[in-house]
Amino acid sequence: MIKEFTKGLIKENPIFIIVLGLCPALAVSTQVVNALGMGAGVIFVLLGSNIFVSLLKNFIPPRVRIPSYIVIIASFVTVVDLLMKAYTPTLSDNLGVFVQLIVVNCIILGRAEAYASKNTLGRSVLDALGMGVGFTLGLLLIALAREVLGAGTITLFPMGNFNGTIRIPGLVESPARVLALATGALLVVGYFKALFNWMETRKKGGA
Amino acid sequence: MTYVGIIITFVFIENFILTKFLGLCPFIGVSRNVESAVGMGFAVIFVMSLASLITWAIYNLILIPLNITFLQTITFILVIASLVQFVEMTIQKISPPLYRALGIYLPLITTNCAILGIALIAVQYEYDAMGSFIAGFSAGVGFFLALLLMSTIRERLDLEWVPKPFRGVSIAFISGGLMALAFMAFDKALLRNLIG
Repeated sequence: MIKEFTKGLIKENPIFIIVLGLCPALAVSTQVVNALGMGAGVIFVLLGSNIFVSLLKNFIPPRVRIPSYIVIIASFVTVVDLLMKAYTPTLSDNLGVFVQLIVVNCIILGRAEAYASKNTLGRSVLDALGMGVGFTLGLLLIALAREVLGAGTITLFPMGNFNGTIRIPGLVESPARVLALATGALLVVGYFKALFNWMETRKKGGA
Repeated sequence: MTYVGIIITFVFIENFILTKFLGLCPFIGVSRNVESAVGMGFAVIFVMSLASLITWAIYNLILIPLNITFLQTITFILVIASLVQFVEMTIQKISPPLYRALGIYLPLITTNCAILGIALIAVQYEYDAMGSFIAGFSAGVGFFLALLLMSTIRERLDLEWVPKPFRGVSIAFISGGLMALAFMAFDKALLRNLIG
């Protein structure tokens, strides 16, 4: 059972191995806090849709299954969107249209179709958590690389007298700004993907 | 903003693939050769123009009067999914050659986030009907342009020696990144200089 959870973290990491759900991953990875917010949103939607799809799998006629999945997913996305607007308005502004675009995030429909519609509730929940956390970790990795090198800061939630931004001495004065821009996102993902490919071939023993 | 401004904005300055990262899956997935890139590109232009016009009508004539704009996401995605289905059936009936050319790309379009993206963005920018249609059309053209450029780059890359870990998706992303760097030359200042 525990394998259902851990496979999403590294072995089947949605971003780096399956290469799904990249649009939001690249667009919101300029700051660490946005990556965390997006990750939380995706975990919530993925969990909700996997639970419902798994529970309803015997009631949904196969011919209309994709539209049904999309309606389920879209409902959860609307919930996330409204919750974010109400409780974390700055985060909602930063993520902009990408919160609503979780609907067309291929990971979610992909897991509903490939996993939740064939497996029991418990397994689907673990699968959703694993994939969601894996997605968040991937997003976090990209965001860390881009923000630390591109702006010299790490932006988190403001708490107490901590204003939410960690400034890294040496980098904050002269960051490689190109990484914070659109082009940086594509480059960072390209290099990370190459790194994962390299690790994969090394593990198999051939170089 | 004038209609010319909208066209320049969505084709170059806010190019969906290279600056907004919408529609990356087909960008990487169907850019292996020029022929399929062209097919996908035309299918996207067609569906995007229609989708942005129809979602404009639904948003302004149904959702706003009934005060249910919070249902935006659900409505738009369903409209787009049925529109794609409808377009597929119509093309199949009216023009079989066109269907053979575009057919296999149409189902892929439903989950292309660029389509839902333009519908949501056109509502956010509060365009009128014509503006929404033009925005959809030009975002499609921008998508087509980026996809076409990328596919020609990748056809050349196939002939070059690439270090093993970088082969495939990885080098495609890095080339895309360098292309995005070139597209940064198009910015708001350029728009101001062009149309005042």
